[in-house]
Amino acid sequence: MTNDADQEKIFWNKNSLEPSQEQEAVIKGITGAMTDKGFVVAKLDQLINWGRTGSLWPMTFGLACCAVEMIHAYMPRYDLDRMGVVPMGSPRQADVMIVAGTLTHKMAPALRRLYDQMSEPRWVISMGSCANGGGYYHYSYSVVRGCDKIVPVDVYVPGCPPTAEALVYGIMLLKKKIQRTGTVIRV
Amino acid sequence: MSNLELCITYQNKFTKLQKISFLLNTAIKGVIKAEFELNELVVTVELNELLNLLTFLKLNPQCQFEQLMDVCGVDYPEREFRFNVVYNLLSVSLNQRIRVITQTDENRAICSVRSLWKNADWWERECYDMFGILFSGQPDLRRILTDYGFNGHPLRKDFPLTGYVEARYDADQHRVVYEPVSLTQDMRDFDFDSPWEGIITLPGDEKIHDKR
Repeated sequence: MTNDADQEKIFWNKNSLEPSQEQEAVIKGITGAMTDKGFVVAKLDQLINWGRTGSLWPMTFGLACCAVEMIHAYMPRYDLDRMGVVPMGSPRQADVMIVAGTLTHKMAPALRRLYDQMSEPRWVISMGSCANGGGYYHYSYSVVRGCDKIVPVDVYVPGCPPTAEALVYGIMLLKKKIQRTGTVIRV
Repeated sequence: MSNLELCITYQNKFTKLQKISFLLNTAIKGVIKAEFELNELVVTVELNELLNLLTFLKLNPQCQFEQLMDVCGVDYPEREFRFNVVYNLLSVSLNQRIRVITQTDENRAICSVRSLWKNADWWERECYDMFGILFSGQPDLRRILTDYGFNGHPLRKDFPLTGYVEARYDADQHRVVYEPVSLTQDMRDFDFDSPWEGIITLPGDEKIHDKR
């Protein structure tokens, strides 16, 4: 920083900007502040949200054919890893449960137990018609008519099965939802 | 035609399966009929003789049906013996298949074939689960596919499509509970022949009426 006017300017990512010159300027400014001063000032809840949305770890959990599309989303073409979405092997390390496929009555208690084992904060994406409302098997004797009867759902992704793009979009919607949720509980 | 000529014709003209069919129709006890349907040999057999026949089909050098492809049931509720039990067999060494059908009801047990084919265990469990067909000599006759504590046998014709109970998570009890089925909208049975419901002819599908 050379002159005083620049030093006075505070770079503020006020409304999570879209990719643009404006956003570039903010990023450059914040990076500059980091190298120059060694710290930046941020709001704690937004910082927490930034951390949470940047590392949404879903549980590796496929119930039916939707799982194949979920796998596509993880694979190199859409590569969810680049968004910090890394499949976890255990519910204890996971933030998101993607209910990918038909939820049967026999599986329902197990699904609920897995959800209970996830640590807070946790979110659920219901993927595909079967998970959303029973779908093709709505009138079946063995299928839960929507996984929201078992776990609270944040995002519903429609489709039978939804494309990998649809799931990626669903994850992006979940990120938006997390961003506008206040995370610091004030008592 | 002399006996010798008959023998020669039998040896040359008939296929392997036709010979088996001949054998079953003439020499095996309890076979009601053995005939070809769509080039597949189908044998109908009395319940009591089923195990003998299947043992014969597995061990006889002309048959050698080493593999049990599946055991399944068919429900005809109007019949006295309402269930068909169907055994599909495959012979890998002779490259041939056969289907064995027998009849039973809810109470008469069928002799288990687990002594002949090990995989019969799971097939018979599935058959029991879906139809309630009983197998004697089967020590592990549990349900295999449906939910724990499931009531009824879903592939029976008199089983209601939507079943009896549905699952829901109860936040107060902190567990998944089962409740009687309540549907907001009943299943609609579309009648495509009625002018009042649905489209009769789908665009581009006009030829369907020629075949009816």
